Parts: sequence; C-alpha cells; structure tokens
Amino acid sequence: MSAPVQDTAVTWPDELFDVLKRADIRQVGYVPDAGHSRLIARCKADPEIRDVVLTTEEEGIALAAGAWLGGQRSALLMQSSGVGNCINMLSLIRACRFPMLMLVTMRGEWEEFNPWQVPMGSIVEPALKLCDTSVTKVETPDQVAPAAQNAVQLAFGGDRAAAVLLSQKLIGRKVWVK
Amino acid sequence: MTFERRAAMATLLANRPKDLFVVPGLGSCTWDAFAAGDDDRNFYLWGAMGGAAMIGLGLALAKPKIRVAVITGDGEMLMGLGSLATIGVQRPHNLAIVVFDNGLYGETGMQASHTQSGVDLIDVARGCGIERVLNVETEAQLRELAGLLGTSDRTLFARVPIMPDDPPRALPEKDGVIIKDRVRRAVEKVS
Repeated sequence: MSAPVQDTAVTWPDELFDVLKRADIRQVGYVPDAGHSRLIARCKADPEIRDVVLTTEEEGIALAAGAWLGGQRSALLMQSSGVGNCINMLSLIRACRFPMLMLVTMRGEWEEFNPWQVPMGSIVEPALKLCDTSVTKVETPDQVAPAAQNAVQLAFGGDRAAAVLLSQKLIGRKVWVK
Repeated sequence: MTFERRAAMATLLANRPKDLFVVPGLGSCTWDAFAAGDDDRNFYLWGAMGGAAMIGLGLALAKPKIRVAVITGDGEMLMGLGSLATIGVQRPHNLAIVVFDNGLYGETGMQASHTQSGVDLIDVARGCGIERVLNVETEAQLRELAGLLGTSDRTLFARVPIMPDDPPRALPEKDGVIIKDRVRRAVEKVS
C-alpha cells in the first residue's frame, strides 16, 4: 500500500530505541505500523531484542505478561487502532500488577484523511485511562525521549501500565507511495 | 478415545520435571491444574481469555532453559487463534500448547464451540507452521505427550479430546499479584 518515507532529519525513533535499550527491553511485540517502522527496524536488527510480530495487539499484552514472569522487560508498539484491541487483555495487567509499556502512534487526528481512523483515535486517551494506564501525549520531537523514559519508570518502577501517545503531528501526514 | 479431564491433567503432570512451568487457561483448565496439585510453577488464569498461549510464548522466549506448557480449552484457544500463527513464526523449542477439546464452553453452561462443527485445531496448528503436532488418541499417546512436555526440542501442539464432564470446581489462589509473584520466584529458583 505505502512505504514509509525515511527522513534522516527525524531522530525521535532512534531516541526511542535508545530509551528501550537503556531500559533493558528484551522483547518487543508489534503489529507492522508505518509510524513505528524505523523503531521496528532498529529492534529487528538488535540481537539482544526478540522482535515478535503479532496478528493483533492484544497478543502483545499477554506476551509482555509472560516475558515478565520470565524476568524480561518488554514493550508493545502499536497504532491507535490497536489500543481498542487491547482493552480486555489489559485486565491481566491490572489484576496481576504487571508492568506494561506501550508506545502508540496516533491516527485519526492531525491531518487525517481517513475518517475510519477517527472513532478509535479520538478515544485512545480516555480509553487507556479507564484501563488504569498512565498516558502521556507528545507532539514535538524533543518531548519523545523524556516521555518514554518517564513511561519506563512508571511501568517498571510502579508495576502498572504506561503509554506514550505519539501525535500524528509528530509523525506527519501519511504519504502514499505507489 | 476421549479422556476424563482431571485424569488427563493428572497424567500430564504426574512426573513433572522441576523446570516445567504450566499456564492453564481460565476456567476448567485452571481448576484441573490446581486439582492435580497446587504448585508455584502454575500461572493460574482467572481471566485474560484468548491470552494463555501468548503468556506461554513470552515466558518461553524469556527463559529458554525452562519448559513451558500452556494447557487450555478449545474455547480459550479459539479466542486467541491468531496467537498460533504468531507462535508458528517464533517457534521456541521449549513451548508446548495443549488443548483440552470437548467442543464445549464449560464455564458458561456447555454451549457448543466451533470445534464441534468441523473446525480442526490440529489442521490450524499445522497450517500455522508448528512442526510437532499430536492428536492424542490413546493412553499411551497421552503418556508420551507428558514426557514430551519435558523433552521436546521443537514447539509442540497437542489436542487432547476430553469428555463433556464437569467435575467439582477446585479453586486455587485468586489474587493475581500473589500468583504472578509466586511464578516469578519459582522461575528465578530453577534458572
């Protein structure tokens, strides 16, 4: 459909990767996503990180719980639509107080051209908060790494779910390449 | 043949190696695992339907030196069918998925599941690329499966056909934090 356009001036995905590495994240679950494409590629290329491609995002919640039972930290990368797929599985995180780190690329907001992205995109923040998840939304590149570092601390220091929402303003309008 | 579920669970866990961790699916499989003997290495599920296999995957990947057996029902497996595809891609050598298949949703009043109407979990597992797939049909095969939980060098999927019986509930610890911490400590102890 579309290939992600790489802009070498954009460094926040690499900064996110550095935060994951410093936090000793060893498993990364994801459903392929254009906004996360660079971060996913960095994770795949790292021999110390097991990248686990999922069929649906809720698998990544259960994966993270299992990883933690085995003493490993993990992260779940997804698009805003995927948050909706996770809702019931987040009960596992809350019932057992597992740490759960989520990095969410937003759709359905800034310069969105696809109205089908709006219903879920518009309720990601309140939906996650209802699931007892700490939510930080970032709109500029300089906010990304500090917000991610904060989410790492909240999740693994507080044994709870923490999400960073990466605004569509940050990612830019989806570019279609055919 | 079809097996009595409590007896089948007892056979699978009878000579349990000390590095074998079990993730029983919510409902009857959790009661069965507890009835076979409470154990710190059981991550009892009281919810998270559809998530048992993926919890097993995360644990198996995190600790390649332990063995992980997810033992769940057909209804729970059907809710997370995509996870078989994910596991077929990862293929950890130390993970087994065992489905107790009675074609019924036991906890909600024995309503029919898809496996009663021709959905074949053996075919699904094979189609997802899981290399070692067993359809358990005899006592000897059930004992063979019990051995493989401790020794298989490939990802394993097994279907165990069970009777539509409904043994008395045997309820383990319900506090998720306690269950989680018990299992984490047990993992640290054996690895």
